[in-house]
Amino acid sequence: MDLSRRKLIGTASSITVASSMFSVPAWANNPIKIGMSMPQTGPLGAGGKAALLALKMWVEDVNSRGGLLGRKIEFTAYDDQGNPANTPGIYSKLLDVDKVDLLIAPYATVPTAPIMPLVKQRAKLLMGNFSFQVNAKVKHDMWFNNAPWNDAEGWFAGFLQAAKDSNAKTIAITASDQEFAQNLANGVRSGLARTGLSSVYDQNYPPTTKDFSSIVRAIRSTKPDVVFVASYPGDSVGIVNAAHEIGLGPTVKIFGGGMVGLQFTPIMESLGSKLNGIINYNTYVPGMPLKGIDDFFKRYTAKAVAEKVDPLGYYLPPFNYATGQMLEQAINATKSIDDKAIAAYLRSNTMDTIVGPVKFDAGGERANQRVIMAQFRGVKDKDLEQFRSPQRQVIIHPSADKTGDMVYPYEKARKA
Amino acid sequence: MAFSFDLLFEALLFGILLGGFYAAVSLGLSVSFGLLDIPNVAHPAVLLLGAYGAFSLGHYGIDPIMAGVLLMPVFFVAGALFYKAYYLVFERRGDAAAVNGLAFFFGVVFIIEVGLVLWYGVDQQSATAPYIGGSLELGEIRLPYRLLAAFSVALVMALALSTYLSKTFYGRAIKAVGQDEGALRLMGVDPVKVKQLAFGIATGVNALAGAVLLILAPIEPTMDRIYIGRTFCVVVLAGLGSMSGTLAAGLILGIAESIVLMFLGASWAPAVAFGLLMVMLGFRPQGLFGR
Amino acid sequence: MRFWISCAALWIGSIFLALSGANNYLFFAGFVILQSIVLASAWNILGGYAGYVNFGVPAFIGAGAYAALAMHLAFAAPILIQIAVASLITGLIGFLVGLLTVRLRGIFFSIATVALVFIFETLVMNTPFLGGATGMQLTRPESGGLFPSYMRMLVVVMTGLAVLAVATARYVQESHIGRGLRAVRDSEEAAECSGVPTLKLKLLACALSGALLGAAGAPLPMYLSYIEPASTFNLLYAVSALAMPIIGGMSHWIGPVIGAILLASLQQIVTVTISSELNVLVVGLLLVVFVVAAPEGIVGLVKRWKSSSK
Repeated sequence: MDLSRRKLIGTASSITVASSMFSVPAWANNPIKIGMSMPQTGPLGAGGKAALLALKMWVEDVNSRGGLLGRKIEFTAYDDQGNPANTPGIYSKLLDVDKVDLLIAPYATVPTAPIMPLVKQRAKLLMGNFSFQVNAKVKHDMWFNNAPWNDAEGWFAGFLQAAKDSNAKTIAITASDQEFAQNLANGVRSGLARTGLSSVYDQNYPPTTKDFSSIVRAIRSTKPDVVFVASYPGDSVGIVNAAHEIGLGPTVKIFGGGMVGLQFTPIMESLGSKLNGIINYNTYVPGMPLKGIDDFFKRYTAKAVAEKVDPLGYYLPPFNYATGQMLEQAINATKSIDDKAIAAYLRSNTMDTIVGPVKFDAGGERANQRVIMAQFRGVKDKDLEQFRSPQRQVIIHPSADKTGDMVYPYEKARKA
Repeated sequence: MAFSFDLLFEALLFGILLGGFYAAVSLGLSVSFGLLDIPNVAHPAVLLLGAYGAFSLGHYGIDPIMAGVLLMPVFFVAGALFYKAYYLVFERRGDAAAVNGLAFFFGVVFIIEVGLVLWYGVDQQSATAPYIGGSLELGEIRLPYRLLAAFSVALVMALALSTYLSKTFYGRAIKAVGQDEGALRLMGVDPVKVKQLAFGIATGVNALAGAVLLILAPIEPTMDRIYIGRTFCVVVLAGLGSMSGTLAAGLILGIAESIVLMFLGASWAPAVAFGLLMVMLGFRPQGLFGR
Repeated sequence: MRFWISCAALWIGSIFLALSGANNYLFFAGFVILQSIVLASAWNILGGYAGYVNFGVPAFIGAGAYAALAMHLAFAAPILIQIAVASLITGLIGFLVGLLTVRLRGIFFSIATVALVFIFETLVMNTPFLGGATGMQLTRPESGGLFPSYMRMLVVVMTGLAVLAVATARYVQESHIGRGLRAVRDSEEAAECSGVPTLKLKLLACALSGALLGAAGAPLPMYLSYIEPASTFNLLYAVSALAMPIIGGMSHWIGPVIGAILLASLQQIVTVTISSELNVLVVGLLLVVFVVAAPEGIVGLVKRWKSSSK
């Protein structure tokens, strides 16, 4: 009797001691849950995977410093395949099944547009991720779009300047019929009168279009000075290939504009020399002075190579990391994870991030825009490392970041 | 959209080349549906399988057209076996023309589609070959080499199949089995084996046609859906059972699509095949050259 | 009588559930399951009873959804009016399609319905008023009337629609319409010779089926607060609407209900736990398995088991 009771006490106390050594620290019991969907497959997947890696890096960094407000961050990201049909269901699940505290938007306009009414209805803060004017109709007051642009005018300014500098008179516009491209193209269309450019071709194409030879052929027959394209990665590649195959014609001075995908490293590598001469937007080109960014790239590249993701990571990753930094600053300053409190902080402060200072305007878009217009030059085929050199993408706008003059007409620039 | 004869001529040329391609991808359906009355809605899905097969072989450095030719015997055998199973399950039970046969093929379409997504992913895939990316310059006109390649292969396929069906014993047996099975039996030929042969050929042709699809444009798993419209449009337009009609019908569709593409824009192009199909069904369901 | 009592009980039950504090996601998923019941029952009126396979279900759903959207944008019409107008339009479309294919064999009807999907999708893509290929964001009304939220009200409406669809299917099955349709399915020529008004019955079935499918699609824009053509005209609806009656059993009105509840619930579980891709595979596989091994569906299996155990 006695022996077994002692044994029992002994066993019980040793279990207690042991379990207290292995017990989960209090901070991990009550995590802050952050959730989102990210296109990891599908047309936007190449960019999305890189962006996700950067966000995970931020979560790791924060957790290694002890979390936020003494609580660990638990991060959930689903794959929406870049398909707008998937996001409403995923975000409903995040809110009602996974019960997350804070939301981040998926990368890009098209998957984000469907969830805007939902987040407004549920009064949730949403950190935007490189979408374009997606809040214009819904006017959600807790929306903060992390991207270096605001509206079409800011975006188009550099391209327009290039057109003016080349004495262009006519423009051909082609845009994918989806939220992003239409927002951008409409902004361009409404600004034409002021620029002295007249439109000789203006056609939208369905997002599923794969063969662009007829479009390129039609554009060529109108003999334009400027060709402006607003497209997503799949179409951007198709258009560049078609421009090569059919030819845009000798009259074209400037070609490019708002082609998403020409910033993704895998696409840049596979298009190679076909990129030369194209003047397109970007958010970061190597050589731009930004505090802390070189250190970020070193750490990012190490992880990216291990996970077989875009090793350069120029376009999206720094900005996604910055999203994390902004959330961190807001949560630490307001000492809460309440959507309204964080929103108030983000609205009234300028945050310091690895992509520079970030300030938001009343609509949740960037108050201090910085869209880069760069021209591809001297790009060779099948060479990934060449893009580390600032000379592959010559910045022609804004003047504060300018690294060279543009070369035109397009045919001449292709060989420059 | 400014109208010009140059553009019209280019659209016509483009349409003829594209139309030859549409004829080639519909040849298999002309045999399986046109001659054998099998409601083979899964035809475009098998076409896509051929395209992805050629893509996979491309990883080993095999040219797409060569890959298509290599896959033909594989697809032939698979098709023959598949028909035997279909015959045992459906045609013998008498269910074939009814709900169950159709439902079965629709189910197969989706299984193939999802299989492709799970294996290859939803991204677009394309092939590289020396004849992809450049074009033939005739004055102001540019004809992409990949279109010329597609058209040539299509032409060869159509001629070969047509000759086989009209000049060889088993070819004629295939044509006969759809018309009068009993008479064929009296001649000492097993109709089931003939149908197996026919379905095998229809599937084998798809292998090469699929490879041509890969040359023409990037492929992705849901592409089979619009090809349901194109292939059935060609087969219905031609009239069931007519091989030469298939070529003509393909050309008509190709030209129609190309003209709509050029002058109305890419947003109307998807409806051309299906619209033409509806018109034919409504006004002349026996097709232009049908039996 | 029993039937109507259970229907009433179900609908009242849904009202209570909507007024309760149950988890929101239950309603999000519940809407889809109820919609599936409507789709399966509607499909079966034409497919199971008459033997005409409508593979263009997305065309009717989409037409219903966009008709409802147009009503909302132009007249700010309440949801019930949207549904009514949508059903009228899609019923008419069903009637016209029936008329067009009246002389053709079964498979041509099916292909014509597939054609509709693409034609309608293209029409919507070229209509900026309806959002075009880009799609449209919608704001739901703040309140759901008596209910805590608009979404819950929609679920109650959907329950009502499900009851309506099943009741219609039951009526058609047990009336002379059903007898006539079964004669058409078994042998259209023999039916004609026996004096069955095959044309009238087929057109009626087409119209009824089309109207109910459109009614199922009408609440979609409000449910998602967003609508765009690619996902609305998705052929996945077609395969599901086909699989559910086949799995449940096409000969009796309870078959589509069983099939819909089973398949839709399974799909929701798979999507939430594994992936949405696998959910499509599940539908396709189940369809093929049942068509090959149990073409009479679960209803048929139950009948066989009952008669063998006697």
